[in-house]
Amino acid sequence: MSETRTLREREGLIFERSSAGRVGYQLPPLEVPAADPAATVPAGLLRGEIADLPEVSEVDVVRHFTRLSKWNYSVDEGLYPLGSCTMKYNPRINEEIVRLSGLAQLHPLQPEEQVQGALAVMWELEQALLAVTGMARVTLQPAAGAHGELTGMLMIRKALLARGERRRKVLIPDSAHGTNPASAVFAGFETVEIASTPRGTLDLGALARHLDGGDVAALMVTVPNTLGVFEPEIVEAAAMLHSKGAFLYMDGANLNAFVGIALPGKMGADALHINLHKTFSTPHGGGGPGAGPVAVSPALAPYLPVPTVERTGDRYALSYDRPATIGKVRGFYGNFAMLVRALAYIRSLGGDGLRSMAEGAVLNANYLRARLAGDYHLPYDGPSLHEVVFDDSIQAAAGVKNIDIAKRLLDYGFHPPTMSFPLIVHGALMIEPTESEGIDELDAFVAAMRAIARESREEPELVKGAPYSTPVQRLDEVRAARQPVLRWRRPAD
Amino acid sequence: MAQPNDRMYSRTHEWVLLAGGEATVGITQYAQEQLGDVVFVELPAPGKKVEKGAALGNIESVKAVSEVFAPVSGEVTATNGDLESRPELVNQEPYGGGWLVRLSVAPGAADGLMDAAAYEKFLAEEGAH
Repeated sequence: MSETRTLREREGLIFERSSAGRVGYQLPPLEVPAADPAATVPAGLLRGEIADLPEVSEVDVVRHFTRLSKWNYSVDEGLYPLGSCTMKYNPRINEEIVRLSGLAQLHPLQPEEQVQGALAVMWELEQALLAVTGMARVTLQPAAGAHGELTGMLMIRKALLARGERRRKVLIPDSAHGTNPASAVFAGFETVEIASTPRGTLDLGALARHLDGGDVAALMVTVPNTLGVFEPEIVEAAAMLHSKGAFLYMDGANLNAFVGIALPGKMGADALHINLHKTFSTPHGGGGPGAGPVAVSPALAPYLPVPTVERTGDRYALSYDRPATIGKVRGFYGNFAMLVRALAYIRSLGGDGLRSMAEGAVLNANYLRARLAGDYHLPYDGPSLHEVVFDDSIQAAAGVKNIDIAKRLLDYGFHPPTMSFPLIVHGALMIEPTESEGIDELDAFVAAMRAIARESREEPELVKGAPYSTPVQRLDEVRAARQPVLRWRRPAD
Repeated sequence: MAQPNDRMYSRTHEWVLLAGGEATVGITQYAQEQLGDVVFVELPAPGKKVEKGAALGNIESVKAVSEVFAPVSGEVTATNGDLESRPELVNQEPYGGGWLVRLSVAPGAADGLMDAAAYEKFLAEEGAH
């Protein structure tokens, strides 16, 4: 390695900084007699040699990881327009509340009488989620959106079995999140893809044909869908499903587009997962675990996971009295600290504030759509809500693809949008600014996207070679996937 | 690009080559172009029975994971083991070394599929190039 390379360029791995005998910590003297591991640990669990861990000092560790952290990009730095992911700002009030010692120092095995406040938080969050969904009950246990999907589909399966029916098919539009078919298969169903209409919405004719074919357990549909388009016939779709004894699973990943404005319960949803880490501002994308509560209709309420939180007078209790439950889906009561943050967000915004949040998300996405529509092609040009999907067909004329545009955005200091999704759009660039952004940030993004559109016409090679300003440049993603290097090995001397 | 004349094609861009009671299945040139660089192929175990139109396996590219649908009904007799270490064969030789599975099929299994000329026309109508 050349001496002239900057520190950043030769960061390497912590293993490569190892120097034999260097230590960062001194263990205190033993306060108990030393035990021979061979005498106490089963032979099969004993290792013959000491693991080849890095030997580094405290300052080595702190500087290495601090430098790496500066390579990262977060929503605290700027616009993070990753479509479908809703990378909104995580308000600091949430963090202040969740660090209150009475919440932060709880133990999940404490007796109910000592954790009345925590149970009240869970109960109040359920009531708030019921108010904004119009559903009958909520389980707070699932740890992520896809976990919520699985929980919902297991409840649907159990409800069908309770009727003595073993229906196999789950219908899923071709614009769906990939987690939908995965969750359905995991829950024991087979998936059937439904082609979208030319407008990108649910095809009721295709739905009717599949329902007539029988054996349909449910439709899984995202509202608004992954093009940001509201499903105008969702009420009719729900009625068609219900008339055939099938269920409507609504993917609530995009609830932030209409929370406080419309109620999934009124649309006929039987199950709906709510990504607290999207709509309700809890940290996301490496910043914290997710939380994917599931709201259900009265038809599915008997099958909810246990325990639920019940209130009697001013006392709260965990109830396991739900004979038809699908059982527990998560250790203890879900990612409790995320539930606290979400409730803090809901209480600090209030009902009107939640509505304004959704309106702001839709306004911002439509602002970007209007400002970029001349420079980037809109494959579906009907009205859209909280996100907008462009494609790279204008730029493709000069050989510039969506990945090149995404990489070039890094040079302009922005996180790229979601790429190549939804699958029904070739060369997709899916942009979701969220309501967090002010007009200055949006305009800066527009300027960057317009500059890249211009570069794509005038200097396409510049765009195709990006990024230039990042610690590592264009990576060989294909080789990384085909020949992954999954562990460090000490180079031979 | 011309499609080989010796086989039949599905609307979901799989091809099937019949020889006696055995059908070899792969994806078309157009399909591999749309997928981009293939990095992993998941195929069913021999002995599995598949129905025409049902999912046969998954092909993962750097962009996405896509399902491959069975263009004919039958029972899996063999899978292309070369794809485990060389998934790029699907891109490089979609009609040859990039084949996916072999199925034992009933006579007339490929009825209703398109021949090369019809598939070319289908691609043109789909707006593909």
